[in-house]
Amino acid sequence: MKRRVLVALLLGSAVGGVVRLEAAEQPGEIKISAKKFEYHPNKVTVKAGQPVVLVLTSEDRIHGFKMPDFGLRTDIVPGQETRVTFTPDKPGNFSFFCDVFCGDGHEDMEGTLVVEA
Amino acid sequence: MQHVERRDFLRLAGVAGVTFTAGLFPHRQASAQAGNDFHFVQFSDTHWGYSGPANPDAEHTLEKAVATVNGLPKQPDFIVFTGDLTHTTDDGKERRNRMKRFREIVSALQVKDVRFMPGEHDASLDKGEAFKEFFGDTHYTFDHKGVHFIVLDNVSDPAAKLGDEQLAWLAADLKQRKPDDKIIVFTHRPLFDLKPDWDWTTADGAKAIELLMPYQNVVVFYGHIHQENHHTTGHIEHHAAKSLIFPLPAPGSQPKRTPLPYDAAMPGLGTRDVDVGQKIAVVELPVTKKG
Repeated sequence: MKRRVLVALLLGSAVGGVVRLEAAEQPGEIKISAKKFEYHPNKVTVKAGQPVVLVLTSEDRIHGFKMPDFGLRTDIVPGQETRVTFTPDKPGNFSFFCDVFCGDGHEDMEGTLVVEA
Repeated sequence: MQHVERRDFLRLAGVAGVTFTAGLFPHRQASAQAGNDFHFVQFSDTHWGYSGPANPDAEHTLEKAVATVNGLPKQPDFIVFTGDLTHTTDDGKERRNRMKRFREIVSALQVKDVRFMPGEHDASLDKGEAFKEFFGDTHYTFDHKGVHFIVLDNVSDPAAKLGDEQLAWLAADLKQRKPDDKIIVFTHRPLFDLKPDWDWTTADGAKAIELLMPYQNVVVFYGHIHQENHHTTGHIEHHAAKSLIFPLPAPGSQPKRTPLPYDAAMPGLGTRDVDVGQKIAVVELPVTKKG
């Protein structure tokens, strides 16, 4: 099957950790790295109904990634990629956060998935 | 000791606050309770070692609360600390220093039967190693005046799990109980999904609740959320306690679970006095006794 265009505009370094995933027919990959006590990017924008693959890595220790609104959670283990595939089926802003206690600042380790209609 | 009616001693102590009366042990007959009523005090989330704007009085708040509880005319049978005794630190030596100082402060409590359990700030970075050195086991049971107490550890695993081993231990303990036995559970995190997107839950807490469900008289006291909260899963009641460091917002009341602004009157902080009889009466105690 001919690979369709996957465009992930990595705006993170320019605008403070924001990634926007443009239209795609195959799952688009979004890379998110974790370290105490932040995700980078910490704001990700996707389209409702478009499958997404989150590629999660850790720079320091085991962190968690939990997004209850979509029933997602996984450990993020240093030295390996953790891939989470899902299709956001509803528009809105949804939080994700670390659910593996990682120290003084753990409670602030979170981000937002923006799902556009 | 001179007999003092509960309502009277609270008034005399000047600590009468909001009383929450719950239907604890609704399936017990009144006659079975005669002469066995008692009370205990719950401290939670003292976070010794915290320093920050959420509580500029952090170095003294715990000592004030100890003094207030020592001032109760009728001392409790025992005192329980439901976790986060200390504020977390990456430095294991500093963690032990904080636990040592915490233990020194609470040693001033007049009541010497004191039960401890860890919160994630105490135990999640070293799987409870330092906590065990200072305070012993992280999960255990004890019995007091006909009530079976179960202390559960949902924090030594940094992923907030009780774990299969502890759940098997719980199941084995419960098999020794009769369906109408009185059971009180102490734990740090809520066993139910109070606010999952704020991580106010226990990953496998539903399994513990399932194990407890066949027992008719079960109540859970916990901490972690730094505020009073009352919830029911089936017939099991869950009562969250205030903190002694800073209050957190009501679930979902603001976008983030950031501490509420500091108020020198500390209305959101305190301990609680729990009367255990045919029913339960929870009286929230302030940090400092009024005038």
